[in-house]
Amino acid sequence: MTEPRSPDFNLIDDLHHQAGRDFSLELFRRLCLSRAFDTRVRQAQIDKDVQTLIYLSVGQESIAAGVSMHHRGAWVLPQHRCHSTYLSFDGRPERLVDELLGLPSGCCAGMGGSPPAADFERRIIGHDGLIGDHVPIAVGVAMAKPEDKVVCFFGDGAAEEDYVLAALGTAASWKSRVLFVCEDNDLSVLTPTRDRRSWNLAEVARAFGLDAVDIADDPWLVAHHAATLTLPALINVRTCRVLWHNGTGQDGPPEWDRFAITKARMAELGLAAEAEAIETECTTQVEDLWQSRLQTRSGN
Amino acid sequence: MAVTVADTIRELTRSHIAETNGMTLGQCLTAVGWVQNTVPAQAEGNHELPMTDVAGAGIAVGAALMGRRPVFVLRFQSLLWLNVSPIVNYAAKSMEIWGVPCPVLVRAIGVEGGGTGPIHSNCNHSMVMSMPGLPVCAPMTPGEYRRIWDHWMSHDDPVLVSEHRRSYLSDRELPDMVKDGAVATIYALSAARFTAEEAVARLEAEGIRVNLVHVLWLKPFDRSPSVLAPLLASGRGLVVDCAYECASAARSIAYELMEATGKPVRALGLEERSPGASRHLENGTPSPERIAAAIRALIAV
Repeated sequence: MTEPRSPDFNLIDDLHHQAGRDFSLELFRRLCLSRAFDTRVRQAQIDKDVQTLIYLSVGQESIAAGVSMHHRGAWVLPQHRCHSTYLSFDGRPERLVDELLGLPSGCCAGMGGSPPAADFERRIIGHDGLIGDHVPIAVGVAMAKPEDKVVCFFGDGAAEEDYVLAALGTAASWKSRVLFVCEDNDLSVLTPTRDRRSWNLAEVARAFGLDAVDIADDPWLVAHHAATLTLPALINVRTCRVLWHNGTGQDGPPEWDRFAITKARMAELGLAAEAEAIETECTTQVEDLWQSRLQTRSGN
Repeated sequence: MAVTVADTIRELTRSHIAETNGMTLGQCLTAVGWVQNTVPAQAEGNHELPMTDVAGAGIAVGAALMGRRPVFVLRFQSLLWLNVSPIVNYAAKSMEIWGVPCPVLVRAIGVEGGGTGPIHSNCNHSMVMSMPGLPVCAPMTPGEYRRIWDHWMSHDDPVLVSEHRRSYLSDRELPDMVKDGAVATIYALSAARFTAEEAVARLEAEGIRVNLVHVLWLKPFDRSPSVLAPLLASGRGLVVDCAYECASAARSIAYELMEATGKPVRALGLEERSPGASRHLENGTPSPERIAAAIRALIAV
């Protein structure tokens, strides 16, 4: 068995080969859009076009991309590091750019900045910035709308909040149709998990009665479990945050580079040229969008 | 048969569940007494929460976002300290940040005495008043409860309802008492409205005429001319509440009254000590004696 902090943790061999061509291309497109978007946000803060706190998803994009492949249409509650979830679940990019630029046309009318991005019309429910307090809210959404599915993302630090554990237990008791997704980058700001707790979230979830797995952030693997677990369920996804907790800084290379690994797998599928084209297309699309919105802000 | 405050809450809730897809959430709702007979004894629509304070409030917020207008019951106001975070940080901000209404009705029940001691014997409605987006009221009559309910059902705000067990068996309305020649005006909140009535009668017997204005909405406080007129006429005021004085609803309202009228207004609340469980150590709503003494001191200045 591989170590939990490794890119192949609990990988299912050749899963990407079992996926259809269109599925893999769309999965990669969602991953690329998030990478291009947050790469551009980082530059916008360096350029001082964005001056509010930002929490970037760089390195973690494969999780939301993978889950979204089977759960668009569900009610979605992102965590504070939310851009990749917002975009993968079809949140409108121009509204997020406007929010980061502080425009009234932003997805929170300029009130929230980066962490609470929401698009309620597309069933993306905003986060209030208090770590993990949206997890009980997700259970409330599922209780009030038992006919709908709910997906709730949170981090490994949030998993330690008492009310998050209470929410997991309540969802198990009520058999709520919630998929909990822990984006486990092993860091609470900069404190590693080993310095904070001795227990394993997936094991705790199983003890509550949730269907649960603990896996690496391979997007095909994430998508597979998102499609096959019986709700209520939890996926703990080991991933790497490339940049600082907030802001644009970087301390060093990540433990693994999921984006590069995914591109290599696309090449294994014979889709290298298509992947290259998608990456270019997403970068161009994002840059055009930013230029347009920056011009709007400057009144030109 | 007379309809009490408890009857009113129960029947409003029953029709909310039956007719408008509402729901009630709370801990131990269906235990003995059904929360002092304020929760309808029916399985549908009553959701027993696990003993998950904080998470329980979050679950209520989630239900509110879905348009179910949940009634979230806190059997003691002391539990507000644990449950208030999702209410003030999410529900109260939801409209301003996202434009999404989150109308949860929080029923926070005040108690005192009877051995409830240092934890449960208190009202804590003041703690939420410094946060925007959360109106706070303290209905003590059947008619007032219907009014605040109608307000909640017709608006998008969450509402914090500071209830008090002292009111539950009451079936009467509490009209303001405004008199010619009054030398002071009492603005009474929550359970202090009952003791203030007694204080006014005692003072009247001594030849001291005092107005009594009943305050339903703690926030926003009603500064209309009819509310201010008794104070302007009498020249001095006293705000009485069943909560502590420091950073309190009573002092906040006293400030608003002074600002609006230029007249001196003082605040009176619990003594600055923890209440004990034993009877001689209780620390409840200001008694008629304490209120009367405060008025005498006020008019002696």
